[in-house]
Amino acid sequence: MPSPIAESLAGLLLVATLVCAIVRPWGLPEALVAVPAAGLLLLLGVLPLSEAAAEARSLAPTIGFLAAVLLLATLSDRFGLFEAAGAWMATGSRGRPVTLLALVFAVASTVTAVLSLDATVVLLTPVVFATVARLRLRAKPHIYACTHLANSASLLLPVSNLTNLLAFSASGLSFARFGATMALPWLAAIAVEWLVLRRFFAADLIGHGEASPGPRRPVPVYACLVLGLTLLGFFVTSVFDVAPAFAALGGAVALGVPLLRSHRVTVRDVALALQVPFLAFVLALGLVVKALSLHGLGSLVTHLVPGGTSLGSLLLIAVVAAVLANLINNLPAVLLLLPAVAAAGPGPVLAVLIGVNTGPNLTYVGSLATLLWRRVLRQRGEELPISEFMRLGALTVPPVLVAATVALWVSLRLVG
Amino acid sequence: MPPVRIVVWVVEGTWQGCVDAASHSLPSGAQVALLHVTPSDVAGVAEVATSGLLGRAFPGRRPTRSLQDVADEAASELLAAAAARLGRQDAELLHRRGRVEREVIRAVAEKVDLLVVARDGDHSRLGPHSLGPATRFVVDHAPCAVLLVWPDEPPGIESIPPAPRG
Repeated sequence: MPSPIAESLAGLLLVATLVCAIVRPWGLPEALVAVPAAGLLLLLGVLPLSEAAAEARSLAPTIGFLAAVLLLATLSDRFGLFEAAGAWMATGSRGRPVTLLALVFAVASTVTAVLSLDATVVLLTPVVFATVARLRLRAKPHIYACTHLANSASLLLPVSNLTNLLAFSASGLSFARFGATMALPWLAAIAVEWLVLRRFFAADLIGHGEASPGPRRPVPVYACLVLGLTLLGFFVTSVFDVAPAFAALGGAVALGVPLLRSHRVTVRDVALALQVPFLAFVLALGLVVKALSLHGLGSLVTHLVPGGTSLGSLLLIAVVAAVLANLINNLPAVLLLLPAVAAAGPGPVLAVLIGVNTGPNLTYVGSLATLLWRRVLRQRGEELPISEFMRLGALTVPPVLVAATVALWVSLRLVG
Repeated sequence: MPPVRIVVWVVEGTWQGCVDAASHSLPSGAQVALLHVTPSDVAGVAEVATSGLLGRAFPGRRPTRSLQDVADEAASELLAAAAARLGRQDAELLHRRGRVEREVIRAVAEKVDLLVVARDGDHSRLGPHSLGPATRFVVDHAPCAVLLVWPDEPPGIESIPPAPRG
């Protein structure tokens, strides 16, 4: 098939895949379009079988790791970890809105770093919402903090974001070195978010909430211990050259077994928590993007992205990655950019991550998807405060991007 | 003469001061309504974030209650607490949902004599922008008298900056 036609077809299928994944018509799984799309590209020879097999082999460990991390988050929730965090924030804040915001920042940043941004968005945000309601404070600053930190605070560890997991194998870094290099950028991003959100929502962060914030929840000591050991395991396995996914698996087993034995979860719950359709979607998306990058887009991206590790190059890489993440979505963006920067070493790969992880605070899911999502919300009688959302994004994303990239540049010189 | 009709706009964080100020300045025989507006966009912010996950929706963890339900319940409790603090169990409780500033104006559009509003905004930065956007909108557009109260201690006169020279 001539390359322009092949490229248009792959591009069209990528858009269809993404639209279906976001809109999910009739609640159908996102893999429903992605898998046939990948199959069609294989069938037509747009994506050669050998390339597909190589891509699948390189994605498989990442997908396994992702499954283990998703399971870890779900099982921690079943231990009541997030409810306990909500009660802790309520008590610790003593009804003061700024103190509460600081605690939400601390908890959301930690949860995102250790249990991935998914856990912050799906498991923590509703708890924060309920906590704020119980304290009789205004929800908006705290909810924005959760959604923003789910992105900005997902820089620290390979497990913090699916994009990190994808880049982790390409970067050639160990788990420990990844974390050590990204610690400064992570802190820089959180600090900028704090400064901007604190100012932006100054009008809402006033007054006093309730002093007696409802029932205390016991801290799930066992679950915290397992998570701590799992975190330690990530670093230890990397020292001994063992895949850190095994540490995640170990943690998931340690949490899962007592829950299964006491019938607090069923085998079916565990199977559902693995989210197999999503794992299939990631694989299929990887194949569709691969086809697209084989036919021209890959070389275009290579031209766009500089290779060096000077501060200027790193900034440019981060900006290109952020723009791409906002145009399409950060998942395909990172898949497109990785092959172009992987050869240049860990610095450029991590700069890509700063772009694709923090950039989405501008349009969240990519501009196309945000528009679609707005319609979905309207049908439910809710609305997305699009101008406020974008204004806050425009105020945070550029400084976060610059601060985190400068921090990365410093970090690369310190950690090496 | 029909009784004076007063609406007290109750907002999280500042409602106590607002209710107290209203109770001090209530004329006898006034009809009181307590108004709370749940913003319709906060749940949207939380939900758009889930769309960013592209379907990693954590099956089995569908929240038992939607965020809107949580917000509605909290609003009813807040209004009940405000009525109790005011000591007027006959107060009408108005719960609206939508764009906050517009819903407040809609609620006082007819036959309301006085709207009691707590100042919000950053009290450490007094000046032209010292009110939050929603409060500013309400103060500007309310078709009735507005009583603007400090939810906490009013600032001293030393908060006035020195007069510009010349």
